[in-house]
This record gives sequence, structure tokens and C-alpha cells, in this order.
Amino acid sequence: MGQTQPIMLKTNALRKSFGALQVSRDVSLALPRGCRYALIGPNGAGKTTLINLITGQLKPDSGTIELDGEDITATPAAARVRKGLARTFQINTLFPELTPIEAVTLVVSEREAVAGQFWRRLSTQTEAIDEAFEILTRLRLADVATRPTRTLAYGQQRLLEIALALATRPKVLLLDEPAAGVPKDESAMLFSVIAGLPEDISVLFIEHDMNIVFRFATRIIVLVSGGVLVEDTTANIRTDARVRDVYLGHGAHG
Amino acid sequence: MTTLNRTTAPHTWLARQSRWSWFEVAFWMATLLPFFLFPTYLTLASQIAIAALFAISVDLILGYAGIVTLGHALFFGLGAYSVGLLSARLGWGEPISSLAFAGLVAGLVGFVASYLIVRVQHLALIMVTLGLGFLGYELANAMTWLTGGTDGLRGVSTWQIFGTFRFDLWGYTAYTYSLVVLFLGLLVSRTIVNSSFGLALRGIRENVKRMPAIGSDHSWHLRKIYTISAALAGIAGGLLTQTTNTVGLDVLSFQRSADVVVMLILGGTGRLYGAIVGAIIFLVARDQLAGVNPQYWYFWIGLLLMLVVLFMPKGILGFFARFVERRG
Repeated sequence: MGQTQPIMLKTNALRKSFGALQVSRDVSLALPRGCRYALIGPNGAGKTTLINLITGQLKPDSGTIELDGEDITATPAAARVRKGLARTFQINTLFPELTPIEAVTLVVSEREAVAGQFWRRLSTQTEAIDEAFEILTRLRLADVATRPTRTLAYGQQRLLEIALALATRPKVLLLDEPAAGVPKDESAMLFSVIAGLPEDISVLFIEHDMNIVFRFATRIIVLVSGGVLVEDTTANIRTDARVRDVYLGHGAHG
Repeated sequence: MTTLNRTTAPHTWLARQSRWSWFEVAFWMATLLPFFLFPTYLTLASQIAIAALFAISVDLILGYAGIVTLGHALFFGLGAYSVGLLSARLGWGEPISSLAFAGLVAGLVGFVASYLIVRVQHLALIMVTLGLGFLGYELANAMTWLTGGTDGLRGVSTWQIFGTFRFDLWGYTAYTYSLVVLFLGLLVSRTIVNSSFGLALRGIRENVKRMPAIGSDHSWHLRKIYTISAALAGIAGGLLTQTTNTVGLDVLSFQRSADVVVMLILGGTGRLYGAIVGAIIFLVARDQLAGVNPQYWYFWIGLLLMLVVLFMPKGILGFFARFVERRG
């Protein structure tokens, strides 16, 4: 079914070096609409770098990025988000003193271009608040919506990471280890939330727990030493000898 | 937990954040007390109102948007000289329009400077603001022909307000006028911080790195608030000129830039009223301590500043607000 969907995000031969260290080697990916792809690879494979390149935190040395058919290689990070490309962070990058309802309302008001309105009371932006609360409810954060973010449990903060990204109404969502640091039993809950995201959103997530990857991803991209080692369906990756080698510690890059 | 309760909860909670509290009403009633209780201190009271307005302008950028500044006297001084020069050189002393002019001039310069401000952060930002303050001071110092240099600007006269209210010797008019302008400044600032724009500013303060990732052009927000803040500081400076009928170089001094930050830290940042409380404490302390020991009174300010920072990290108002908020 994935093949028939239009491609929402495409990278062509993305390349990035930090000095002599090549962190991305000709990475070409294509995410169809509504996909649930996993990006895996050993530590230092360049997974987060790739997300930073796609979202514009880093500039590629060469290669191009297309979002929904539009070249966004030179587009600033904030503008990419407004075009429908959202991400979450491996390390919580939240607003500690804001409450979740404030934080998500902020995202909605930025998206609707009303965040610059300084003459209108925030509490009268009912549509933005309604939408924010709806997102928080969907992510099981309604009960803590009016508590400062810093007082939330860690797992709830991970959910808020996703809530902030969702509020941008993304076409493509990149999740950088959404369950990082979350206990195993809670991470399954987190991924069931991710699995329940709107079906038209293309999701690419980084995750180390192979059980979770096999359970929630339809397709897997294996990154090793900055380059794509293999990209295939979950079933095929499961039995792929090269992937097994990498995960047993024998680097395929020799 | 009914469904009704759930759906209305976030709205009522957000509405409550911006509601007028009884403390605010009581506070503004109390600002009228000097007329009855300390009629000989009205000059001090109007200086406090002016310093409070200046401190509010700094709170908007420092307390809400996280822009640390040590050079905001540039805008205060620009406003003060705008009003002074308008009167001394061009013979225009109508108070309201002069004050608007002061805000306009300071706001314009603030807008230009904001392009520089958004490019830097942390220590570099403090240095840039410090540098801007020095530039302003020395330019005014060098242009003696215009500003009067160290002798100060003479020949400033402020006309009657609305052609009716004369600035009297006792400071009744000056305090009333300063208080009204302070109140209006607070109303505007209060509206700003309680808007979605105010929320975006707090977002910048809380985590500037996240802002682009939620699709925010945050540097435009920063430029906007910096411009507004500069205009407000200019109005405060213009008020000082109008209530004293003189302008000295000290309006642009580093001391003034530093004092206003000290007031804000003492009172508490990010709550507007902290700026007012800080101005009251600072100027009353100066008035009382300078009477006892005119040369060394900063010793006590230094001590107070350290005690507050160590034991009341959210400022004096923040410290006491904690007890109230816990009940609410």
C-alpha cells in the first residue's frame, strides 16, 4: 500500500562532514504519505544528524531535500515547520515554566499566525485553546494541562514533546528517540500513542529497542557510518544478515 | 470530574491568569496615599513612578523575553533629551505630544538597535547593550552644542497639562501626571504580556532553541518587544524631563542602566509589579539612607541585592506572591 501513496519527504544524496568526519554519506530517502518508518543504526551512525539536516538545524554540504514535491534545501528551519515538517528531540526541549496548555496553544497560535497579536487576550483565542486541549487529551495529558511543565513526570514530558510537534499540523513527523529514557513498560504505551497518530501523517522514528521497531514500523532504514546500509520491509530486515552483523557489533564498514 | 468541567478547565485557568486581582486594585488605591500621608514627599513619589515605568520597560524584555540589558538608559536618555530639546531648542513644551515624541524617537532607535540585539545571546548580548549605552552617553557628552554636555540642558519649560494644570512647586501635578502615565504604561504592558504575543515571549525565554522547531520566527517577536520596550523607556525619560525641567547627562549613564536592573531584580522579574515594587524599595532606601550617610548608601543596596538574590531568587514580590498563589 505504501507504494501507491505520494512521496511526502524525499532526500537526494545528502552529504555532511564535520571536518574530516563524514556524518552523512549520500543519504537518499523517500517517505510516502502515512508511512510508519523506523530509522535504526548503532550509536554514532548519524541518525540525529540526518534529522537535523532534514529539519534545517544543520546545512548539508550537498544534496537536496524535498517536502511534498517542493525543494526546501535552502528554507530556514522555522519555515520548514510551517510547511508541514515537524520533529521532536531526543533530549526534552520543552518550556519548563509554561504549562502544557500554554505551550501547545503557543504552537497553534504560531501556526495560525496569531502569535504576534499583542492587543488580544490569550484567553480569548478560544479556537487555539480548544485545539490545544484536544491534542493534549488525545495524548493523555489533559489532567496535567495546567501544571508547569517542569513538574510533569518524565514520561508525560516525552508525550508533550510529541504534542508540540503535532500542534504544528505536520505532514511529516520525525521522532528522535521518542521513548529515550522511558521505562520499557511505558515506552510501549508511548508508541501506541504514536501508532494512533492521524493516518495521513508520515512518521519516521529513531528507536533502539528492536521489539518496538518490529512492532510499530512497516519499513526500516538502517544507517551505518552515515550511509544507508539497507532499507526494507520489517519482515526482510528481521532476517537480513548484514543488519544482524551490525547489531552483533561487527561493523559493516570494516 | 465531569466532562463539562474538563472542557472548560483550560479556558477558565487561562482566563484566571490575566484577571485583575484584589491586590492590584488595592495597590493602585495605595498609590494615592502619598497625597494625604506624605504631601512633602510628592517629588520623590513622582520619581518613583518614573523609575517604575522605566523598570517595567526593562521587565518586558528581561523578565518576559529573556533579553538581559545593561544599556537601557540609552532609550530613557533619548526620551529625556527629546522632550528637553523640543522645549529648549524649538520652544514646544506641550506635555502630551512631547511625551509621544519621546516614545517615538526612542522606539525608532530601539527598532534599529533590535536588529543588532537579536543576533547575539548571553554575554555577547550584555556587551552589545552595554556598548549601546556607552555610545549614547558619549555622543551626548560630545555634542555639547546641542545637549549642554556636562552642564546639562537649560531652558526647558513644560506647559500646563491640557492648558489647565500647572506643574506646582509641591509636585501635586507632577505626581498625578506621572502616576497616570505609569498606570497607562502598566495597562499596555499588561495587555501585551497577557496576549498570545506575551506567551510567545515567554516561550523564547523558556527555550529559544525550541522556537524554530514549532515554526516560530522568534527574532521578529524579539524585535517587536525590544522596540516597544525602548519606546516605553523613552516615555519614562520624557516624564523625568517634564517633571524636573532639566536634562543632565546622567539620564544616559551606565549607573541608570544598572540601577533599573537592580530595581527589577529586587522586586522580581516577569511580573510587571515587581518592577514597581523594586522602584519603590530602591528609591525610598536611597532617600532614607542618603540622609544618614550620603556617600556610602550603595553599600546597603549591595547588601540588599545579595540577600534578595540568595534568599528570594524570584524577587521580593515573587517571594510573597508564593504564599498567595499557593492558596489559589
